[in-house]
Amino acid sequence: MPPRTLYKKLVDSHTVAVLDEQHVLLYADLHIMNEYTSPQAFSSLRAARRGVLRPRQQLAVVSHIILTHPVSVAQRVILDPASALQASNLKRNCREFGIKLFDTNHEQQGIEHIIAPEHGWIRPGMVVLCGDSHTTTYGALGALGFGVGTSEVEHILATQTLVYRLAQDLRIRVDGVLPVGTSVKDLILLIIARVGAQGARGYAVEFAGSTIAALSAEARMTLCNMAVEAGARAALIRPDQTTYDYIREKAQDLGEQDFAQALGDWRQLYSDEGAVFAVEHVFAAQEVAPFVTWGTSPDQAIAVNALIPDPLLAGDAHAAAATAQALQYMGLSAGSAIAGLPIDRVFIGSCTNGRIEDLRIAAAIVKGQQVAPAVRAMVVPGSGAVRRQAEQEGLAAIFIAAGFEWRQPGCSMCLAMNDDVLAPGERCASTTNRNFEGRQGRGGRTHLMSPAMAAAAALSGCISDVRTLEKQHV
Amino acid sequence: MSEHKRIEGIAAPLLIDNLDTDQIMPKQFLRTITKEGLDRGALFDLRFHPDGGTKPDFVLNRPEYKDARILVGGANFGCGSSREHAVWGLQQLGVEAVIAPSFGEIFFSNALNNRLLLIVLEQEQIALLLQASALNGHRLLIDLEQMQLSCGSLAFPFTLAERHRKMIVEGLDMVGATLQLLPEIVAFEKRHAAASPWARVLPMDEGNHGQIA
Repeated sequence: MPPRTLYKKLVDSHTVAVLDEQHVLLYADLHIMNEYTSPQAFSSLRAARRGVLRPRQQLAVVSHIILTHPVSVAQRVILDPASALQASNLKRNCREFGIKLFDTNHEQQGIEHIIAPEHGWIRPGMVVLCGDSHTTTYGALGALGFGVGTSEVEHILATQTLVYRLAQDLRIRVDGVLPVGTSVKDLILLIIARVGAQGARGYAVEFAGSTIAALSAEARMTLCNMAVEAGARAALIRPDQTTYDYIREKAQDLGEQDFAQALGDWRQLYSDEGAVFAVEHVFAAQEVAPFVTWGTSPDQAIAVNALIPDPLLAGDAHAAAATAQALQYMGLSAGSAIAGLPIDRVFIGSCTNGRIEDLRIAAAIVKGQQVAPAVRAMVVPGSGAVRRQAEQEGLAAIFIAAGFEWRQPGCSMCLAMNDDVLAPGERCASTTNRNFEGRQGRGGRTHLMSPAMAAAAALSGCISDVRTLEKQHV
Repeated sequence: MSEHKRIEGIAAPLLIDNLDTDQIMPKQFLRTITKEGLDRGALFDLRFHPDGGTKPDFVLNRPEYKDARILVGGANFGCGSSREHAVWGLQQLGVEAVIAPSFGEIFFSNALNNRLLLIVLEQEQIALLLQASALNGHRLLIDLEQMQLSCGSLAFPFTLAERHRKMIVEGLDMVGATLQLLPEIVAFEKRHAAASPWARVLPMDEGNHGQIA
């Protein structure tokens, strides 16, 4: 057999049938649903008098619309009638078709991309699909994960498969040690800024190199989570000891013997020597600095000590117009510094940065400090388990003492489908994945950054270089 | 010639690169369990002021583009969120085809699954096409038999995978087609479960296909 990429191995091992030169029927080991991209799929299924083929390989969560008010989970009641209907509708669908649901008041409730890995349900070599674009997250554990639309959700429910258009292979190599004060979020913002918002469109990206190998399992999830912001169809990292250790700890159902057998299989999951990638990009970890987005696309990012770009220098007229529009929306002027820009809100959370490691990083910066008086800052853990662990570790107490709101888990202000919304003109330091116009609220202005940088912004009241902040306090 | 083999009508230029699906269908319209009423939400912030008033300068609000059936977009049209509501909303606005240099990946599949035709053309071809259509009442003709896009004497061929062309023209029941392969799926599952038992993360069902009577 000719040398194959990791991506090709995963596709091959899940191909039920080859449909044409571009498409295969791809088998899904696990399918995850949420309340807002699944309702019409169930309706269509019912209308066609079809059933769910493999109910026990489905998992459903209420994640996007859920309230995060700092009350107990049991007290959480969705007041908005339309949202409440979505939640009750999902419950009905799951009950009727025998699907496991983490409902609104479930103690394990949270964001799908946080819950699934933390239960050990995402394993190397699996194919996992979900009606959410950030399903690329699962590549961090060597699983092929990607987002699908509602018609495809229906197709998966009925057949446990997807008519899948094959992607090409792209490798992004990063070598070296990330500088002090930077993290994987800065790395992925740099990568997206360099390759562009559609630089990986049509590709399955494999991240490789010594920098990637040194990352924790959770940091890898942040990296793969945001690969979709460069247009990637999927993101993958070769499973290694870090992966195995993570799964060993999380997967309670996997016995010693099962695990040993699995390890044998997982060790075959890598791109063969000589496997061909259509495109390769190489970065050095030393290039990474704390990164911040200034515009309305995730690729509009710069190092915190750089100047906001000038539309006149943006290449063609098309790019110049886009830059000018972004600057106008963001209320910024070309050539000015991004550091020192006053902010109104801080949001730490989301499927990008709502994991325990993210909260540890942020809490380490916040400890013993106070949120700037003009800032409203909130921490929204990614799941009930993350929230409980953060409370046990004393992180919650640090955030609360500093003046952060310590909230219940959910997608929250990442896409603002609940009542965590920016007011028009409000500027937010956010650990989320998208700074699109209106994403966090109509007229809201989002600056994407790492948990450390968001914590620094909360304390100083403006976009600040966390490296200088740390020096001040050491 | 059937409706889906030919789309002729007004083409509106919406030349915004990376027009994400959050903008095509903002969050507040996602709190629904049906597909209805999404025409109001489509491109909402571009079409309306925060107070609900119409933005007269926006292309689709201008009288000459009022009945647009075709959108001419920028690169990476429909990037971002997987929300299929973006496709449903555009269709409910009357859009039957989008022409752009490239499309977001999930949006691409979502569009085809709903028979919203997407055509990829080079940036330069798009510019020429818009110039020509400006002289022709902003009208374009898309012919799916000839696989050609034209405006007066100007014509460009375009490509579409045969599977996608058939989906648009004939409106395949994808689920029905795949269910014909159910024996293959079941056979695959058996092999797969034996080879990769660790991939069963939730207990498998007992062969109940969940069929509602």
